[in-house]
Amino acid sequence: MANELSETQKSQIGKQNKKGQTYTDPNHLFFKAPRTAAFYTGSEVIKEAIRRANVDVMVAYPITPQSEAAALIGELYAEGYIGDYLRGESEFAVMGQCAGAAFGGARVFTTTAGPGTMRAMENFPMWVGSRLPIQMIVTCRGINSPLSIQPDTLEMYFLLGTGMLMWHAETAQDFFDWMLMGFIVSEQPDVHLPLALCCDGFFVTHTKDTVMLTPPDMCLPSYDPYRSPVVCMDMESPPVRMMRDPFIMKSNYISYMTHASWQEETRAACERSRKHTIPLIGGLIETENVDAEILIVASGTAVSQGREAIRLMEDEGLRVGLVKIKSLRPFPFEELREATKNAKHIFVPEFNVIGWLATELKAALPDNHRIIAGPHVAGGMTMPAEVIVEEIQKTLGKRVATLAARGS
Amino acid sequence: MSKEKIQICPEFSDIMPPEYRDLVEQSTYGNEDRGWKDIGNSKELIEAHSLCAGCPESMAFRYILASLPNPEDTVMVGSTGCTSLVFPMVAVHNIHSLFGNQNAVASGLKRALTVRFPDRIKDVVVLAGDGATVDIGLDMTLQAWFRQEKFTTICFDNELYANTGGQESGLMRKGFVAKMAPTGKKFDKVRLPEIARESGCCYVVNLTVSKPSLVEKVIKNAVLLAREVGPTYIQLYTPCILEIGKNSMEGLQEMRDSEKPGERFNYKEYITDEAKQYLADLDARKKAAAIPAAQLTE
Repeated sequence: MANELSETQKSQIGKQNKKGQTYTDPNHLFFKAPRTAAFYTGSEVIKEAIRRANVDVMVAYPITPQSEAAALIGELYAEGYIGDYLRGESEFAVMGQCAGAAFGGARVFTTTAGPGTMRAMENFPMWVGSRLPIQMIVTCRGINSPLSIQPDTLEMYFLLGTGMLMWHAETAQDFFDWMLMGFIVSEQPDVHLPLALCCDGFFVTHTKDTVMLTPPDMCLPSYDPYRSPVVCMDMESPPVRMMRDPFIMKSNYISYMTHASWQEETRAACERSRKHTIPLIGGLIETENVDAEILIVASGTAVSQGREAIRLMEDEGLRVGLVKIKSLRPFPFEELREATKNAKHIFVPEFNVIGWLATELKAALPDNHRIIAGPHVAGGMTMPAEVIVEEIQKTLGKRVATLAARGS
Repeated sequence: MSKEKIQICPEFSDIMPPEYRDLVEQSTYGNEDRGWKDIGNSKELIEAHSLCAGCPESMAFRYILASLPNPEDTVMVGSTGCTSLVFPMVAVHNIHSLFGNQNAVASGLKRALTVRFPDRIKDVVVLAGDGATVDIGLDMTLQAWFRQEKFTTICFDNELYANTGGQESGLMRKGFVAKMAPTGKKFDKVRLPEIARESGCCYVVNLTVSKPSLVEKVIKNAVLLAREVGPTYIQLYTPCILEIGKNSMEGLQEMRDSEKPGERFNYKEYITDEAKQYLADLDARKKAAAIPAAQLTE
């Protein structure tokens, strides 16, 4: 069954927390509760989602462009919406503090970006192997030298292999909904994995957008740590001798098999998240006009730019379809194969220098000569819709008036 | 955890492993007066250990686990190294996550347990080696103390990286020749007890594990003070007999030699006035409770 609540959680529904918020059935909260429009920055939207998420512990650390969101959640703590909140000493420590809180049975939230995400990297496979359903917002930012604070999605490439669930939000509305939904998916007993919910820094965090918010007096039911597939470290269940010999000491088949099967299991848990995710975020991908011969396949704000490019090309009589990838882990193999089966040219615009999404697609789709890895921008460059149009027209052998030729 | 939670369903008792049956029937959970003298008379909370024969860490583990004032509500946090090979066989919940992040993990853990169990005592005890505590994890060790995180940090100081084969560590003596210090260590043993005092620990003790009664008293003080007063730090000499060229029988003598006056593990204690007062009050309350009511009314 998808997105089941535990008996403990069900018994909470209808009651109120200490802030007077009513614990609400997630499906009601997401799909039936009245919504009101608000005009907020992405950072403010993160705060509003957390206000409704019944978070036990949040650990913060300053790094642009997530500092504002992390500080706003501190205000929520001061108002009494969050159990505990601290500023850690570095991202490596922050992710350890998050792990400790999650081991202790708390619903845990943190935010990070770029170089901080890289510094913390050792923690993420550990979160996965320890089955800690921590939610981490990644507001992507350049990780290159010389120093940059600009949007650039390279750190997502490094997260792809950690075993975490990874979703890529396009808009502030995605962000608001997916944060709340993400806790529910992450905490399912057959998933129980951390979620990296990524967005493109500044483009989403620092711009204002209209977002439809759920009522502030409704919140998610509490996390129930006793549904975890591994023991909650609170000494509320009998301690057992976990193993006769620690596997690290043994170079033998049983030791290898234990590690290998656990890695397989955590990857399988990621795949099992589909059945919970799909009804909530409406599929791992979203498509428009995929019967067209030309497709743009993208994630994050590159999708928005792709949409704009499609509108420009429509004006010129060129029909282009769109695939928005919402979930990168699990990766929507089948969905993408189906959505791209008619395409002759598949363009993959990205905000990073290596084009990791195109690489992923080339490994996943048949006839991968159809995939054009670009256009890329990096280092904080914007991606005007015209750049995408130009890339498409060039590939089709059309003469293009370049942006540079036009002057500005 | 209440003691009832570790009862065995009668239908299954005959198929439970004997060590688990012993744990239910003969362990010292819930016994307020538990201590190292229970060793031999009751089921210890350490089932076995995979350390070298005669390793003083194994003694330290047994004394510490026998001395925890509240094991039924204690969660321990370890780190990578020899200690992490023992923890899977310890009958209190324990966390190993990475190398060196133990005080960060303990900070999050203690806060989560405080949020979830506001009316109960849940003790958190960190136990890690000197590489984890002083070298790779120093930042997080100190920051937890700066923040006054309420848990106990225990460092098994064997003055080197034992599990990786005897490399130089920050707590190694100056001049000691080791792997990665091929011409002898160039700088002094890091003075972590003094640093701990200056970093906000209310109780700091530097000692060996040669005297179980002393270890018991120190561990109990450290855990009780960390509940209410502030962070506490215990540095225990657990020599790596293998890497310093001693035999299995020589660990105890090595500790006795190193705790003589003027030696680096001569007993050293820092305690704040507040901590002293707290312990005195606890002691007075315990004594008052021990006096029969008849005597008080006389």
